[in-house]
Amino acid sequence: MVKDQEFLEKKASYCLGLAKKLGATESSVIVNNSVSETVNFRNKKLDESNRSDDLGISITTYIGKKKSSISSSNLLEDNLNILIEKCVETTKNTPEDEFNSLPDKDLLAKEVKDLDLYDDTRIENDQKIDYLKKLESAASNDKKIVNTESSFTQNKSNFILANSEGFCAGYKTSSFTASSVTVAKDEKSMERDYEYSSKCFLKDLDDAGELGKQAADQTIRKLSPKKIGSEKIAIIFDKRIAKGILSTFASAISSSAISRGTSFLKDKVNQKIFSDKINVLDKPDILKGLGSRNFDSEGVKTDTLKLVDQGILKHYLIDTYNGKKLNLKSNGRCGGTSNLYFENGNISFKDLLNSKSKSLYITETIGHGSNIVTGDYSVGATGFLVENGEFKYPINEITIAGNFKDMFKNITLANDLEFKYSTNSPTMMIEGMVVAGK
Amino acid sequence: MSNFFEKSDLSRSEAENIISDTLQKCDDGELYLENSKSESILLDDNKIKNSSYNSDLGFGFRAISDEVVAYSHSNEISKNSLKQSSENLKSTLKSVKGTYNHEIPKSNKKYYENINPIEQKSLNEKIRILNEVNNYLRSKDDNIKQVTANFLGEQKSVEIIRSGGETLTDVRPLIRFNVSVMLEKNGRKETGVYGVGGRQSYDSYLKDDNWKSVCDEALRIASVNLESKPAPAGEMKVVLGPGWPAILIHEAVGHGLEGDFNRKKTSAFHNLMGQKVASEGVTIVDDGTIDNRRGSLTIDDEGTPTEKTVLIENGILKNFMQDRLNARLMKTKSTGSGRRENYRHIVLPRMRNTMMLSGNQTQDEMIKAVDKGIFAVSFGGGQVDITSGKFVFNCTEAYEIVNGKIGSPIKGATLIGDGPSILKEVSMVGNDMMMDPGIGTCGKAGQGVPVGVAQPSILINKMTVGGTKL
Repeated sequence: MVKDQEFLEKKASYCLGLAKKLGATESSVIVNNSVSETVNFRNKKLDESNRSDDLGISITTYIGKKKSSISSSNLLEDNLNILIEKCVETTKNTPEDEFNSLPDKDLLAKEVKDLDLYDDTRIENDQKIDYLKKLESAASNDKKIVNTESSFTQNKSNFILANSEGFCAGYKTSSFTASSVTVAKDEKSMERDYEYSSKCFLKDLDDAGELGKQAADQTIRKLSPKKIGSEKIAIIFDKRIAKGILSTFASAISSSAISRGTSFLKDKVNQKIFSDKINVLDKPDILKGLGSRNFDSEGVKTDTLKLVDQGILKHYLIDTYNGKKLNLKSNGRCGGTSNLYFENGNISFKDLLNSKSKSLYITETIGHGSNIVTGDYSVGATGFLVENGEFKYPINEITIAGNFKDMFKNITLANDLEFKYSTNSPTMMIEGMVVAGK
Repeated sequence: MSNFFEKSDLSRSEAENIISDTLQKCDDGELYLENSKSESILLDDNKIKNSSYNSDLGFGFRAISDEVVAYSHSNEISKNSLKQSSENLKSTLKSVKGTYNHEIPKSNKKYYENINPIEQKSLNEKIRILNEVNNYLRSKDDNIKQVTANFLGEQKSVEIIRSGGETLTDVRPLIRFNVSVMLEKNGRKETGVYGVGGRQSYDSYLKDDNWKSVCDEALRIASVNLESKPAPAGEMKVVLGPGWPAILIHEAVGHGLEGDFNRKKTSAFHNLMGQKVASEGVTIVDDGTIDNRRGSLTIDDEGTPTEKTVLIENGILKNFMQDRLNARLMKTKSTGSGRRENYRHIVLPRMRNTMMLSGNQTQDEMIKAVDKGIFAVSFGGGQVDITSGKFVFNCTEAYEIVNGKIGSPIKGATLIGDGPSILKEVSMVGNDMMMDPGIGTCGKAGQGVPVGVAQPSILINKMTVGGTKL
């Protein structure tokens, strides 16, 4: 069982007390415990079971404007004593930084709302096995499927965040995740694809049969791919890829990239960076939301932010340190975004596919080809050629490239947003990108 | 060496009894104990931004029966905790009837010293060098707008206790020193990154102001990129420089030759053993035994001594990389390639230092043989889809080649190719094999492990370059 609030609070207050005694002027601590149980199947048979019980503590101590931190998985008092002493010693020897401090007291979260993030249901391994049997049977229905791997994970976590200003809060969260990876084969090729579902509550998880069938269908349609020539063409990004473009946007507006001057979106607040129709929201209080939270990793209250309003950038994602550096108040985004999404566009998925006589529909990208300093984007891609709204044939071994500054202004969104991950996008079309192939 | 039972209510002999009792009818398994200490000191934006220290302690208990792996890990080394893990393993493997394989090879060789790099250099000294790095770079070039430099140091002690009480231990030092520079000129920004590291003390890499050469290299790459033009798009010839560009080998063929993907027949290479998969003259090894290298290991994370494994010899596929589980199921022996990021993770067959050996041609000959193509000198990172065999990597320093001569630098672009066929497109192998500077981390199934790569210059007849210029 995951450790209770009382255990975590006791450890946190012990650390704060000791840090103070040893000479820290301010300090903060996070204690967390996470218990996961996973069962993996392969080709309809049990392949692996895995139980993990992770404890962690991280402490930051300040002496005036000097700061240092330690973390450990060993919560025994002997070990904590050694580490906190080491932390305070290191703090004394670390140079001052005028922007180091705990968050302003008036920005700290005052209340912890119940966002429905914890499901107490315990699912035994035998039930996980039943789910996976059903999933793999649906996934391997077609003879072209030659390998299936699937997994079911139950996770329960609890944490406490406390600081020397009196902040002390935390709560339990849970997640239930199922995934299926399938390999299909024909005379010419072997391809892999996947499907996945993750929810806070067990009862909301996708049906096993549906999930398996979806994974298999998505794999089989990739068989016998072709390579196309190099050309300028409209790209349609499947939702699972479009969300990655939104994540890149989020890292480019993080206050650390902005204050260091290493983002192509520096100094762009109140300027138009997307087309008129684009709105981006970060909404932390969605019930059962995969990214929902009451406060950020410094304890600062998080409110909903409309990051982009009709194409105009309205906010950076600000934490305490970089906020002070930029002369801005923290907006509770230390540690990143919560539930980040593009609002729906006003065109259906079908109409989006139909809007060009020829386009490329991308279902997977590989490589780390997003550069937030320059905005350059270049990745390997897999997908389908679309002609007059129809999927013609699968395509691979191509790259797609552009620069985010141009790409953002050429985005058209469909109206098919769903909350499957913590960052979500409707299907997205970007015109004017370059495909490199033959 | 850590004494894992010193402050625990669990004695070594009690632990041994629980291990033997749990694994008695299993085919394999062990208790893996780990104690790691690591530090990170970061200079950024003219300031020491972060000084942090981490101490991590835990165990992972593994039981294997036929193909099934049961695993349980915890941070608490105690009687209760180990007993609970034992119950978890037993409940997964309900009716086992295997025979435990007690055999494990032995070796006295060690590939690094038993040191703690963190304690070999004082915090003040590390801070002083980082500040010097910052001052040195900023005084060298007025266009420098950002300097980031950091030290990462680690000492990891591991102990593997097998059924019957056989115990294997290793203490692994590891350090890294990185410098990143951002230049801005006429509104354009570009970065250059360079680093060094391995399994020795910080001073082995930094002595005699050697840190200056790391700074110079980062600055040189950033300066080249500031003058770069858009990269071409399409298929063309590619010359790869020696050293770090060998991540091509790592992505294109290395992952596809790991035992697990081949046992499961999900690798594009699974049915190619003994066949020609590369041009003549191409020999690739995976070597865990090179002194002090980032990817080297005295024993792997199952206790098997590492070795130099020949993967491809003169174009012919010879061996896969194996851990104990996949080796047993494929009726071969472990190559000492069983690795895990830490005690939280199960063992997988992984690469160590993956190297293409030298041939006898020169880089000049390769450049001269290209009418239109690119010369790639440095890379950011790569990725592979082992099933389709398609792989990519991202250039961070590259030039166009026009009529046998190196031309202008080109912007970072992704290169994409097909693993099983790319090595057949290698038409020249250079005589200038070089190791990478000791900075690589390989990711697989969510686990990162330190690795090395090496290669000479090579000429590839045909690859797709993912630029924007048609």
